[in-house]
Amino acid sequence: MTEPASAVGEGSKGGGASLGNVAGESSGAGPPADTDSPHASAVLEARDLVKRYGEREALRGVSLSASRGELVAVIGPNGAGKTTLLSILAGIQKPDEGSVSRAPAEIGWVPQQAAVYSKLTVAENLQLFARLEKVDDPRATVERMLELTDLRDRAGDQIGELSGGNRQRVNIAIGLLGEQPVLLLDEPSAALDPRQRERVWEFVLSLAQAGTTVIYSTHNIQEAERHAQRVLVLADGELIFTGSPGELEIAVERGEGDAPSRRSGEEAGPLVSSPDFESAFVAYLRQRGH
Amino acid sequence: MRWLLLKDLRILRRSPLLVGLLVLYPVVIATLIGFALSRGPDKPQVAFANLVPESATEIELGGETIDVTRQAGPLFRAIDPVRVDTREEAIAKVEDGEVLGALVIPEDTTRKLQTGLEPAEIEVFYNADDPVKSSYVRDTIKAQVQDANSALTKRLAKAAVEYLDLIGTGGQFEIFGRELDVLGLERAEQILREAAVELPPRSDAREEVERVIAFARLARDNLDLSDEVLSSVGSPISVKQTQLDGGATPLSSFAVAIAVTVSLMFITLLLAAGALALEREENAFLRLVRGLVSRTGLLLEKAGLAAVCSTAVCLLMLAALGLFVDLRWERFPLWVAGVTAGALAFAAMGLAVGALTKEVRAASLLCVMLSLPLTFLALVPSGSVSPFLFDVVRVVSAVFPFKPTLDALDAALNDTGGIAGPLLHLLALFVAFGTASRLALRRFAG
Repeated sequence: MTEPASAVGEGSKGGGASLGNVAGESSGAGPPADTDSPHASAVLEARDLVKRYGEREALRGVSLSASRGELVAVIGPNGAGKTTLLSILAGIQKPDEGSVSRAPAEIGWVPQQAAVYSKLTVAENLQLFARLEKVDDPRATVERMLELTDLRDRAGDQIGELSGGNRQRVNIAIGLLGEQPVLLLDEPSAALDPRQRERVWEFVLSLAQAGTTVIYSTHNIQEAERHAQRVLVLADGELIFTGSPGELEIAVERGEGDAPSRRSGEEAGPLVSSPDFESAFVAYLRQRGH
Repeated sequence: MRWLLLKDLRILRRSPLLVGLLVLYPVVIATLIGFALSRGPDKPQVAFANLVPESATEIELGGETIDVTRQAGPLFRAIDPVRVDTREEAIAKVEDGEVLGALVIPEDTTRKLQTGLEPAEIEVFYNADDPVKSSYVRDTIKAQVQDANSALTKRLAKAAVEYLDLIGTGGQFEIFGRELDVLGLERAEQILREAAVELPPRSDAREEVERVIAFARLARDNLDLSDEVLSSVGSPISVKQTQLDGGATPLSSFAVAIAVTVSLMFITLLLAAGALALEREENAFLRLVRGLVSRTGLLLEKAGLAAVCSTAVCLLMLAALGLFVDLRWERFPLWVAGVTAGALAFAAMGLAVGALTKEVRAASLLCVMLSLPLTFLALVPSGSVSPFLFDVVRVVSAVFPFKPTLDALDAALNDTGGIAGPLLHLLALFVAFGTASRLALRRFAG
């Protein structure tokens, strides 16, 4: 497999496809991706995913691929299909059409709301799921996770006594227990205060640096720009853009006209992070009928 | 599955208030229901005015002395008598609401009974403030007076038979302290036969005497039948009781079966539904069924947890009740079979409820809302509603585990019939509700 880290935009419809990069066109803007390394081959691929709820199509032919250690953000407004996409990748839901290259057991999944038992301690939660995952050495794995999450001091505390941020770290740690090469995070920083959010992202970035492919959904554009190497934009179940944060900024600027102008050679990041960009992004979505 | 079970037990251990309520609430409710059903109404207070002078409480019937006041013994076992001295006092107590009724035995009661010329009349006054109790008082007094009537009638009939016997066969009879020799029909016939022989054949006098002899024989023969006739007058209708259905369960033992069934229902339903709903409330359900445990495995684990816990509690409850009620310990294996089968069926029903709900509170509320009407439906006695409605009640009761569990426990505790039928019924309900919960989990829990 020689396909570099990228999403496959052939499922994009309704005018968005022209703005989305196709395989091999990723510019590499934003945080450095591992696209040129020997590990650049896709560790996860999804093809032509379609999901219908009655007559409503929640996903319309979405395809993507991700390589080792890559951080991929899935963004879009509420109801765009982000959670549906991640649920299908995680094996929680079955697509009506399309396929995913990996079995659910090979993919770690962290739901949006912490899926932990509030009456059990941090260590007991980790131990329970480690045993259910049938890891070789549950005790050692739990120790490692406590180390990784920096929660050793809170190991004996019941989850119900933890802050939202720490609870989310345990939630993510449980998703990592199986040591799968791919980790799916559904809005991992939702409902967290800025400080807690920062701690969660530090943790997630360290996982990616260690080689785990992380695909996360968010409706926070700044969060996508800041942490992702690649961004997928979903709207009404359609994949309307795929590319680096910088490429998204250019697309939005071109598509909207009202987006803030930028001099040649200027860094993309600060512009994407600005409130003006959010407005431009919304206008960009509207222009495409979403 | 073992780890999930340990996890659930650990969560229960850390929720002492919840567990306490889960066990205590149904046990208290069940015990109250059981003993409310096993006891009749409290003895109603009834004012009792016996105006018969102490010197005139006895009557003579057929040479036998009867103390009329002793006839009130059975009545006093059914009511709580408040003795008063006058009729007015008795009525005042009823009017003041101090007692529910009053029974007045007039002064001339024994005299009327002795002469037999007119019936003795007793007076009963009611207070209808409490319809249930006043009805109970009315019925109790009426029944007891009926019994007394019957007893006196029997004695009167017996005396009458003795008089008739005297007329038939003759003999000694004592009246007003004097001994009389009564000739009797038998001896009269014999005397007449002897006299007839002395008369000339075919004479008018002999024919007249022969007619009297024939009458005496006829009268004596018919008097021989009077015993049976008079005894049937004493009890024209007798009651022969035959039990057609159900066992001979003492009320207290049946109350135990009800109490245990109610406890089993509440504990198992709440535990099974709550444990399953908790997985969704904690958002762990999808994480678990992503490959860590199958949905069916999860349901079996919750059913096992609920059934084991509730079976243990109910067997302990039975052991405790055995200290107060006479239970047949040699049938203990059948108790275990009945309780376990009921627990499994209730657990499956609880899982179906838990699969429909996302929160423990909602699951608990739904369980209570379902279980209470089902309990009352299962206890509706035949004949209290129309036949069609009773058939509907029976069908509804058969679709839920309460009635078959009660039948199984009644059979196990009181040997009221075969236990195999209720056990198979419960097994079928376990499978049916288990399937329903599996489908509900697929439909409602992603």
